Amino acid sequence: MNASLLMILPEEVLTLGALVLMLVAAWGGQASTKAISWTSIAILIGAGIALIGPASSGGEAFYGLYRADAFGAFAKVLIYIAAAVAIIVAPRFFEQTSGDDLRPEYPVLILLSAVGMGMMVSAGDLLTLYVGLELQSLAAYVLASFMRRDTRSAEAGLKYFVLGALASGILLYGISLVYGFSGTTLFTSIATAYGAGHSMGLTFGLVFVFAGLAFKISAVPFHMWTPDVYEGAPTPVTIFFASAPKVAAMALAVRVAIEAMGPATDQWRQIVIFASLASIIFGAVAAIGQTNIKRLLAYSSINNVGFLLVGLAAGTAQGVASVLFYLTVYVAMTLGSFLVVLQMRDVSGEPVETIASLSGLSQRRPGLALAMMIFMLSLAGIPPMLGFNAKLAVFQAAVDAGFISLAVVGFVASVIGTYYYLRVVKVMYFDEPASAFQRGNSIVEGGLITVAAVFVSPVGWLLLTPLGVWTATAARALF
Amino acid sequence: MTGFPILTVMLAVPAIAAVACIFASANAARWIALLATLVDLVLGIWLWAQFDIGGPQWQFVEHVPLFGKFGWALGIDGFALMLIMLSVFLMPICIGASWIAIEKRVQEYMAAFLVTEVLMIGTFAAQDLFLFYIFFEAGLIPMYLIIGIWGGVNRIYASYKFFLYTLLGSVLMFIAMLWMAQFAGTTDIPTLLNTDFPVHAQIWLWLAFFASFAVKMPMWPFHTWLPDAHVQAPTAGSVILAGVLLKLGGYGFLRFSLPMFPEASAQLGWLVFGLSAVAVIYTSLVALVQSDMKKLIAYSSVAHMAIVTIGLFAFNRQGIEGAMIVMLSHGLVSAALFLCVGVIYDRLHTREISRYGGLAINMPKYAILFMLFTMASVGLPGTSGFVGEFLSLAGTYQVSTTITLLCTTGIILGAAYMLYLYRRVVFGDLTKDDVRAMPDLSFREVALLAPIAAVVLWMGVYPESFLAPMRADVGTLEARIARAAPAGDSLPTPGKHVTPVAHGEAHQ
Repeated sequence: MNASLLMILPEEVLTLGALVLMLVAAWGGQASTKAISWTSIAILIGAGIALIGPASSGGEAFYGLYRADAFGAFAKVLIYIAAAVAIIVAPRFFEQTSGDDLRPEYPVLILLSAVGMGMMVSAGDLLTLYVGLELQSLAAYVLASFMRRDTRSAEAGLKYFVLGALASGILLYGISLVYGFSGTTLFTSIATAYGAGHSMGLTFGLVFVFAGLAFKISAVPFHMWTPDVYEGAPTPVTIFFASAPKVAAMALAVRVAIEAMGPATDQWRQIVIFASLASIIFGAVAAIGQTNIKRLLAYSSINNVGFLLVGLAAGTAQGVASVLFYLTVYVAMTLGSFLVVLQMRDVSGEPVETIASLSGLSQRRPGLALAMMIFMLSLAGIPPMLGFNAKLAVFQAAVDAGFISLAVVGFVASVIGTYYYLRVVKVMYFDEPASAFQRGNSIVEGGLITVAAVFVSPVGWLLLTPLGVWTATAARALF
Repeated sequence: MTGFPILTVMLAVPAIAAVACIFASANAARWIALLATLVDLVLGIWLWAQFDIGGPQWQFVEHVPLFGKFGWALGIDGFALMLIMLSVFLMPICIGASWIAIEKRVQEYMAAFLVTEVLMIGTFAAQDLFLFYIFFEAGLIPMYLIIGIWGGVNRIYASYKFFLYTLLGSVLMFIAMLWMAQFAGTTDIPTLLNTDFPVHAQIWLWLAFFASFAVKMPMWPFHTWLPDAHVQAPTAGSVILAGVLLKLGGYGFLRFSLPMFPEASAQLGWLVFGLSAVAVIYTSLVALVQSDMKKLIAYSSVAHMAIVTIGLFAFNRQGIEGAMIVMLSHGLVSAALFLCVGVIYDRLHTREISRYGGLAINMPKYAILFMLFTMASVGLPGTSGFVGEFLSLAGTYQVSTTITLLCTTGIILGAAYMLYLYRRVVFGDLTKDDVRAMPDLSFREVALLAPIAAVVLWMGVYPESFLAPMRADVGTLEARIARAAPAGDSLPTPGKHVTPVAHGEAHQ
């Protein structure tokens, strides 16, 4: 048992931290917000440090309920980084935006969500999976409607909650079918059951589990909540939604697919390929008509999930490594582009979200425009940006596994997506400046944008070798 | 890696200068860009001087396994050397051509051109499949910005069309590259050049590469992006587009399609021949009726590129050498013609042919240089155009007399549209007042056009200088594709052998 407790050290750090901070918030009130924000970042860093050691290499904890392996550790690093960024940018956003102020619960909720995500990516059992997922989701529902007086925010929270509850129901139904026909909730035992032969009940269970997971990663046809929630939620929360839970849900989907349902690869592959192509094509086509930058990025994230699923469809260690690499690049691109959205404020300081308000940005704030162009081209997968290398990795995995037609359709469809990314570049660079734009005055946010832009620019190629090694090591943990 | 990494330095100089431009003032950016491109030109000349003709196939090889899946692998053969020379030669001219014409956002403009130079040299020098693709595709970004920011009225449409059209062509090639990397287990181009892919796979791979290169080339009917892009691009943009970027398609056929898929190239040669023959005749006729000077030259580019493709797929030395010379010659001549258009556009701000006339009277220097380039475009002996077209058609004649017949009409039609253009712009009476007020070439403009004129004549009179570095590589390529070379219809074929019957025996 002691060994098990060491393996979940990051979750313990986060849980204790979150609980203590909640007490501080209860007594300290509004005045303690800033201190709690910075402490929670320190806690996230602490959890990251706690990953070194048994937490990333320990193996199984609690009799297989929990996995402390390199795969989970890799995903957790990404999750903690994304969560920390979401906390860092929040105070300034709420300060400048009229309406609600930042309350001290915000960082606490993100910490609790991070605990849930940590459990998701390390789950070795369907129940751990579900508990982690719900912990993450419940915190996220509250975060989505954090601006209580803003109707859009409230709507986003409600929509997220109702559809999220539905998806949880579908997932639970799938879990119950799998449990009923295999007699166990442990991933390893489920794999044995799938390997033992074809069973209609297990197949149905698999379909429902994947449907539930598809909702969480917002893959088509379970994507409809994404644009509304991304648009309605306060931008720092959107930053969080687009990055950390995406990583967690995707890593969870990979783990369930490989560890629990590995012997049934041929069955889930059909679902994954369909969801993948549907997400790529729908995400691209639907984004074309958008005028709100947050909605555009929401469709872009749907589009990117499609590419992530291409790597999963390969079903090989190389495919899993490519998914992890893609996630790393995706987190950087998403954080970066949403941080740019955060800078979009008119002269009075109110946030603006239309794409048209970006016009002529390259003349007013050349650095910011350059960074946004790098993110857009990287999301489109145009070389020499790192987003291209990410696409290279997932498509190489698909081709190596023999799915050439999937690769052809997916990659050709990516050209459709390029159109709307180019539109953002066009608005920033070709159009004449329209409205005045507030000067950037936050060194922290500017620094974060710079780091993300440099990472996805060609300079990031230098990291390809170490990232390749890490993702390969992490992927091997599943096979 | 041994010795001085000259190729990396040639890539680094414009790259560093591009960053410097962004932080400089407008005037400083002009000088930085000019200086950097001139340094690259000097480095290029040094590269040519050091290139060991008859030495190993790949020279100045650099290989650092830097980026996991693929390495920083550079190296050139004769083909690449010549095309790199073309790029570094045209770049200072482009900068010079934009010296006054570009007034807004000069820093970004110069940076975009320098980045283009990096990517062009990188494409020709890359020895790794993925590195090639990265340079090849990344070239779209600066060109998109150049057309979109500094282009004409309809620039947005043209920039989108240019980007998406060429990107769509390339994505299929990318999947083919992934398959090849998996099949051969390497992304090293020299190794892949000697890998024999199964014939049935070759067809698909060839078609995937064809989709990319045919758009880039551009071949009829994938050429429609070109007139739009040319017309809307600023002068220097057109120069670099026609001068170097169109050569990427031809280089691709030469570097990938032919040596990697010889059987497929032979089997699908009819496709290339057919499209090229249509292109020559159709686009020449279209060029004949254009009222916009840039559009006319753009269509003539498509016709000239068709002469390149037939030469390449002739599978013999004359054809391949001819194709290379046409590429180099067209790179110089069309660049010069776009500059000539730019010169008068800067004065009158219109490209309508009918707005000009009688320029020979008030712009004699201009008329002489424009005449030279018109003649080179037509293919007059003594200019570079003649050497290339003659070799290319002579090579094609050995394979298909019909196609040669069809494509040779391009020379006649070419003479028709170019001379018709020249007559309308330069000859005739000087009737319009604003045209009469146009001053002759300034020193800067002469300095831009004179070097091109000199090289055009050099290539026309003594093409050996340009053929020598490529000779061994053409030999290697010819040997590689010999096994699939199609039988020609122009060679003397042995008749039916009739055994003479002895007179006496018949009556037995």
